[in-house]
Amino acid sequence: MIVTCSPHIRHSDTTQSIMRDVLIALVPALAASVWVFGAGVLARVAVCVIFAVGAEYLFEKACGRPITINDYSAAVTGVLLSYNLPPELPLWMGAFGSIVAIVAVKQLFGGIGYNFANPAITARIVLLISFAGPMTTWTFPKADVVATATPLALISAGQFDQLPSLTSMFLGNIGGCIGETSSLALLIGFAYLLYRKVITWHIPVFFVGTVAILTALVGYDPLYQVLSGGLLLGAIFMATDYSTSPLTVKGQIIYAIGCGFITFMIRVFGNYPEGVSFSILLMNIIAPHITNLTLNKPLGGASK
Amino acid sequence: MPAPAKVTIPMGMHIGAPCTPVVKVGDLVKVGQVIGEASGFVSVPVHASVSGKVTALTEIQVSNGSFSKAVVIESDGEQAVSETVVPPVVETYEQFTAALRASGLVGLGGAGFPTAVKFSVKDPSQVEYLLINGAECEPYITSDTRTMVDDADHIIKGAMLIRKFLGVKNIAIVIEDNKPEAISIFREKTAQIEGFTVEAMPAIYPQGGEKVLIHNVTGRDVPEGKLPLDVGCIVINCTSLAFISKYIETGMPLVEKCITVDGSAVANPQNVIAPIGTALSDIFEFCGGYKAEPKKILLGGPMMGIAVPDDSVPLLKNNNAILAFAEKEASLPETTACIKCGRCAAACPAGLMPMQIERAYKLKNVEELNRLKVMLCMECGCCSFVCPAKRELVLVNKLAKGMVRAAMPPKK
Repeated sequence: MIVTCSPHIRHSDTTQSIMRDVLIALVPALAASVWVFGAGVLARVAVCVIFAVGAEYLFEKACGRPITINDYSAAVTGVLLSYNLPPELPLWMGAFGSIVAIVAVKQLFGGIGYNFANPAITARIVLLISFAGPMTTWTFPKADVVATATPLALISAGQFDQLPSLTSMFLGNIGGCIGETSSLALLIGFAYLLYRKVITWHIPVFFVGTVAILTALVGYDPLYQVLSGGLLLGAIFMATDYSTSPLTVKGQIIYAIGCGFITFMIRVFGNYPEGVSFSILLMNIIAPHITNLTLNKPLGGASK
Repeated sequence: MPAPAKVTIPMGMHIGAPCTPVVKVGDLVKVGQVIGEASGFVSVPVHASVSGKVTALTEIQVSNGSFSKAVVIESDGEQAVSETVVPPVVETYEQFTAALRASGLVGLGGAGFPTAVKFSVKDPSQVEYLLINGAECEPYITSDTRTMVDDADHIIKGAMLIRKFLGVKNIAIVIEDNKPEAISIFREKTAQIEGFTVEAMPAIYPQGGEKVLIHNVTGRDVPEGKLPLDVGCIVINCTSLAFISKYIETGMPLVEKCITVDGSAVANPQNVIAPIGTALSDIFEFCGGYKAEPKKILLGGPMMGIAVPDDSVPLLKNNNAILAFAEKEASLPETTACIKCGRCAAACPAGLMPMQIERAYKLKNVEELNRLKVMLCMECGCCSFVCPAKRELVLVNKLAKGMVRAAMPPKK
């Protein structure tokens, strides 16, 4: 006879099923990327996933920890990192980034659930600082276009006449990172995550909304700001990372507004044209404190 | 079901001091006869549930893990009723609470709190609401629903008795909206009674939790460490209420209980009325026996029920279901690392943060556990249920509450 603590029934969702849903939600963006940049992006995504999962396996094996590659979280990190890379980045750089993400950012802090910063975001920043040239070389491999600039880089340089149309921005037919260009594909993924209740709407909506309102206030076209750069990818898939965002709804709203504010500051006043990665990393660091200051009010806990 | 060959009646089936046995081995007893005297204020007597001969006074481990004295009675099959079973004289408030005590009634919703104590109110005028708990929210269990459908008149009569002796103005029966039959019966029968409302509530677990119920009906929150009475409410289970009015009519104390028998290992799941103290194995036998090897047996529902080590344990007063599960449902999934998804906090009906409590418990940080209000946990099981990492959050909360209690200064 089995004697265990109640409850004796459990929900069917597992860590693995949640991560699988995230992977499914990322598929439309990959399809759009192949359409925009050609099949070459598949190699970058594959390398990142293989090295992320491989690094997780080898590190856990070396440390004698339980192997957790079956929860698909390393695969999610690999895909997300690759989505944040330029389409023609040398493959070995992607591999290096994946190892940084898994070993340095995730496993050294205790593995899944214990990392305080988003592994993919942090690895992207490491790559950006280490290989500034290749990380900001935007190309259209399919069309044999030599080098192009992202819309945000054009705005930053004041070349407003060369900006692509809003339709191109929405569909993704623009320069940019592998997974960030098609707003439509990312929104389909968002809808799927909401439908599967993997995430709630709070972080993406408050993050994007803050950027839209603040940029509009200083005279930019807010729609352009929302559709360009890594904002949607970051707000939907990276800022909503469980481990590195606050645990309360109130906290998540504060965190998302903070992400939006920092993104706005960097985009408008900073040296870099894009600030989504930095904003998420900075807010990751204070997320536990936000949680701590926004604890849920228990039923009947107001007394004393 | 017919009286089993033997019953084992524990002396401690309620919250509070256990009873003292007042029978000896060899005594002949009849149904309804007192076999254990209450030994304190928070205590109620225990009665024989079968007629026959006392064959042993033993000590058994009851489902909460503690040990209790128990009286074993071998049934003679007659079910002869004791001469002491006569309708009580109930004309005053004092006589009413005395009758409740003599009836042996404890909260039949599951808590097992002596009902007489609940109604021993210093100032009856402070009771603004009588909430009848018909929100039988645990999966599988339907015994309260059975009572509401079959015995609505006794429930209403019981409520009227309480209004008579306590002067409660507002009476509400709370029924979940997945029991339309019970709702329409009560709507019809109480339409002419002033101040008696039927509250249809969404069937969301744990609707029947006392504090959840009070919050949803009256909008009031019971503060930490306080009782429903402190916010002007008394909550009583519908089956308890039906029992009160039957006891006043007949004088037959609490000797049997309607329970749901279900689970994947049970051949013929059904609701059964069984004598208190009947071995679970006898009840399962009555329901066609096992159709698969039972791997887990629960007293109560799947969310809060207690798993017992074997099927020889007796049925207690406050049980409302016994469930037997086969291998597939009995084993729990493997636990993995917390991914900080926050689902436990979102699910907690008390607004607690189980993942933070777990961390504080591991750090043995009692101060933090108090800040997180772990003592407000009602152990409903929602956090463990939703956890995608399958962590034993309820278990940790129970242990954390123990840690906080152990750290409290002793009461003077």
